[in-house]
Amino acid sequence: MRAIVTVIGQDRVGIIADVTALLAKNQINVLDISQTVLQDYFTMIMMVDTTESELPFAELAQLLAQEGEQRALSIHIQREDIFNAMHRI
Amino acid sequence: MLSRNEIMQTIQMIDQQHLDIRTITMGISLLSCADADPEVCCRKIYDKICRRAERLVPTGEAIETEFGIPIVNKRISVTPIALVTAGCETADYVPFAKALDRAARTCGVNFIGGYSALVQKGLTEADRKLMNAIPEALAETELVCASVNVGSTRAGINMDAVRTMGQVVKKTAQRTADRDGFGCAKLVVFCNAVEDNPFMAGAFHGVGEAESVINVGVSGPGVVYHALQSVKGQPFDVVAETVKKTAFRITRMGQLVAREASARLDTPFGIVDLSLAPTPAVGDSVARILEEMGLEVCGTHGTTAALALLNDAVKKGGVMASSHVGGLSGAFIPVSEDEGMIAAASSGALTLDKLEAMTCVCSVGLDMIAVPGDTTAATIAAIIADEAAIGMVNNKTTAVRIIPAPGKRVGDTVEMGGLLGSAPVMPVHRGSAEDFISRGGRIPAPLHSLKN
Repeated sequence: MRAIVTVIGQDRVGIIADVTALLAKNQINVLDISQTVLQDYFTMIMMVDTTESELPFAELAQLLAQEGEQRALSIHIQREDIFNAMHRI
Repeated sequence: MLSRNEIMQTIQMIDQQHLDIRTITMGISLLSCADADPEVCCRKIYDKICRRAERLVPTGEAIETEFGIPIVNKRISVTPIALVTAGCETADYVPFAKALDRAARTCGVNFIGGYSALVQKGLTEADRKLMNAIPEALAETELVCASVNVGSTRAGINMDAVRTMGQVVKKTAQRTADRDGFGCAKLVVFCNAVEDNPFMAGAFHGVGEAESVINVGVSGPGVVYHALQSVKGQPFDVVAETVKKTAFRITRMGQLVAREASARLDTPFGIVDLSLAPTPAVGDSVARILEEMGLEVCGTHGTTAALALLNDAVKKGGVMASSHVGGLSGAFIPVSEDEGMIAAASSGALTLDKLEAMTCVCSVGLDMIAVPGDTTAATIAAIIADEAAIGMVNNKTTAVRIIPAPGKRVGDTVEMGGLLGSAPVMPVHRGSAEDFISRGGRIPAPLHSLKN
């Protein structure tokens, strides 16, 4: 299943490393990354594939949110379908 | 590939603009639960609801997590109870409400609707028993919602039922006086009630519906408000287009959730209700959308026109986004549930008369309005009659959900809590409608040609 991970927060060294390490640990493959920093505000959008992950989606979402909180980041994971439904006919 | 802007737009809608799915409502037919023995009937009702809706709440929560979209309510609507229990040999209809309440608790839903009677043309014995049981049923249960349809475009208005409902509303307020008449927040009087409405308190599962069905109600006044902020000062053509595009996106999301819920629960998809349902949260208000169009305060001259545009554009945008549209579909204007409406009513800018005019051009009607506790049953019946007349003549659904809060006067506030919000007590006209209401009988159905 393809999903979108969004990471938003104050910029600092190692955000991408932290998040991708967490994803790798859970067997989640990153398909695409786009990232910018606007006025010290870090925004990253990742397209990921969760097929190989053994963690149920709900637990994965919770894990990411918790890890994000510890690092003062807002991390969301959502199935790709919702974005396609909204923006593609 | 999705663009970064599109993804961020969706995230912002959910995080900052209060975009949510207002409700997943499972409609369940209880026609198979009829039994002469009321106890058996109650047991059948309880069992069937629990069996059908067992997985509703966990499924809703799973969808919520996977898609990252809040689903605020999970609800159940059932066949109007007066139809199910007509064959029961009992005069006491309160146990049926308690059975519904128990089932709702077991399933973990927020509300259950369908303690209802359809009496637009006349009352059966069962209808009469149910209507008389409403005050006690609503006082003794927590999650049950009641509704009564007193009129329709084809049948006219049953003024006997209107008179009775005026009394029922009063009694319901008195029975729940310790909570400012909270019972009335769970009671709706309809004209032209729809059979597939997912929204409470007026939801019931119509007799033309399948065994069970999934209906979804979307929301999103905050998203529309935000979108309109980017077209300040531009002509109404642009305003309408902007609302349409936004409504399309919101509804597509609703359709996705409805399809997903329907597949996971192995229950047919019914409809998506294209509604702008506000909440008392700041930034989730229909009134503020109208004000964004250029009105100083909701309720001033121009409000009806602004609402007409909004209501129509929401439907036009949403209708293409969903395979089946139904329910009430339009903008809601519940006073207590809308931060902007509360402010406008508190300041005196928004009156009951203006609200009545607004209900001519939007769904649904006089909703969540608190009036003084000394308002008579006849006056409440007359308010219901006015609203039903608007629905009957204009071929649309109208409803009244009014709270004559015991002991409260104009200027006081009624606290409902949670999504139901708080309602400033609004003045009603003091002239009596006693003789008008005591006439009874039926107002004939209107003519459908010679329209002017």
